[in-house]
Amino acid sequence: MAEAEESPGDPGTASPRPLFAGLSDISISQDIPVEGEITIPIRSRIREFDSSTLNESVHSTIMRDLKAVGKKFMHVLYPRKSNTLLRDWDLWGPLILCVTLALMLQRDSADSEKDGGPQFAEVFVIVWFGAVTITLNSKLLGGNISFFQSLCVLGYCILPLTVAMLICRLVLLAGPGPINFMVRLFVVIVMFAWSIVASTAFLADSQPPNRRALAVYPVFLFYFVISWMILTFTPQ
Amino acid sequence: MAAADELTFHEFEEATNLLAETPDAATTSRSDQPTSQGHVAVAVGSGDSYGAEDEVEEESDKAALLQEKQHQQQQPGFWTFSYYQSFFDVDTSQVLDRIKGSLLPRPGHNFVRHYLRNRPDLYGPFWICATLAFVLAVTGNLTLVLAQRRDPSIHYSPQFHKVTVAGISIYCYAWLVPLALWGFLRWRKGVRERVGPYTFLETVCVYGYSLFVFIPMVVLWLIPVPWLQWLFGALALGLSAAGLVFTLWPVVREDTRLVAAALLSTVVLLHALLAMGCKLYFFQSLPPEHVAPPHQAASLPTNIPLSPTLPRSMAPS
Repeated sequence: MAEAEESPGDPGTASPRPLFAGLSDISISQDIPVEGEITIPIRSRIREFDSSTLNESVHSTIMRDLKAVGKKFMHVLYPRKSNTLLRDWDLWGPLILCVTLALMLQRDSADSEKDGGPQFAEVFVIVWFGAVTITLNSKLLGGNISFFQSLCVLGYCILPLTVAMLICRLVLLAGPGPINFMVRLFVVIVMFAWSIVASTAFLADSQPPNRRALAVYPVFLFYFVISWMILTFTPQ
Repeated sequence: MAAADELTFHEFEEATNLLAETPDAATTSRSDQPTSQGHVAVAVGSGDSYGAEDEVEEESDKAALLQEKQHQQQQPGFWTFSYYQSFFDVDTSQVLDRIKGSLLPRPGHNFVRHYLRNRPDLYGPFWICATLAFVLAVTGNLTLVLAQRRDPSIHYSPQFHKVTVAGISIYCYAWLVPLALWGFLRWRKGVRERVGPYTFLETVCVYGYSLFVFIPMVVLWLIPVPWLQWLFGALALGLSAAGLVFTLWPVVREDTRLVAAALLSTVVLLHALLAMGCKLYFFQSLPPEHVAPPHQAASLPTNIPLSPTLPRSMAPS
């Protein structure tokens, strides 16, 4: 390193010289060790990341999302107080569940217009607008959960009811009868309770304690309506 | 997070000043405040600062906080989220209290003054209407199921369209009728000197909470005994209409007798029409001996189709 030509680090004190005149000549004295490494590890990682998602196969892209969705399904089926659903929210799971439920619940086109179960669009509207309304209600009451986090939780907690729908359809294949009805009633009630427990495990903490019941009651109503649609489903 | 702390503290200061009593502010003793009253939620810790606190700061020096929250003359604009948040500023205990108050109306206790304390909320009316609509649809469906168990020739179907009908009719009733009532009362404001009309939200609140008593009534209508159904209907209608009348009475008392009587009877009549409409549309009484489709009143849009085949899955063996 070159020797300092003036007092180190102090270009302005030489009085007759203009300010900063010798700035370009400043060099670091050997008394002050300034050395090290400045590496930016992100840079190389970003390049790797970019190329990895661009060049990866479609299979791995889809599997990554499917694994995320599946992980959240597990969190719903075994509800503990964890933040995974809230932190990395996504709406793929709710969409898959809602479409499955609506496809299974819709009535045949041969049915008359007035009687019969809901149409596909009616189920879809009930699920999504119901979830949006509950989210708005929760936010208006002063909850500190974000809009999409709440939608994500409510959508994922439909999973037990979708399972109930599948079981009901299987049970209905066995033919009508009161035992048939009792089994379906039992299954729907259990899954309804499961949905409520799962969603309150995630949502209840976001509300102030004196309003928790006010925020949980619409969730109860929402899942009750969906359970009712599942229970009254009659294949034509 | 120094910035957020400063912001919170600043908001609290501002809010304390804004809660100061102005000479024109409504106190709890004076119950006739003709100006529209709103209230603001001093949600200091709520975490969303949507820039709503942009009112003109009151210059009053009487910064005494009363036991209940004071009303503020100016609210955040209707395009901000906080404006709507102020209508949901209720606790569970308050909502339950208001529901209890609507279930047991007393002649001296005005619902608005006594229970709402001039702080209407939208949570109660909205969710009571939603619950009532769904309970109507569900119990209507259940009635059909129970009727079919007695009389297997009736064709059962889920009849999902009833949910739509119930929802639309309940919400229209609970929001349009208060609108008309509020408009009418404001129009007649000139006749009354002392007592001002309620705000629109208070009227909606009164109607919404008065609909609560219909929920247990609808559930009890599952019992297929006709005279019992009419008894329950009359009881619930009486309670509900009494609540409405007791609330409206101080406001129309000053008006001419004709207008007061007409208004109150119209209110009661509309309420009765709602109850009767619900009964006739959702709970078509199907006597167990009859096989033919029931001959009901004229306004039934759905008829149960008579099909000789045994219906499936919901039928008993």
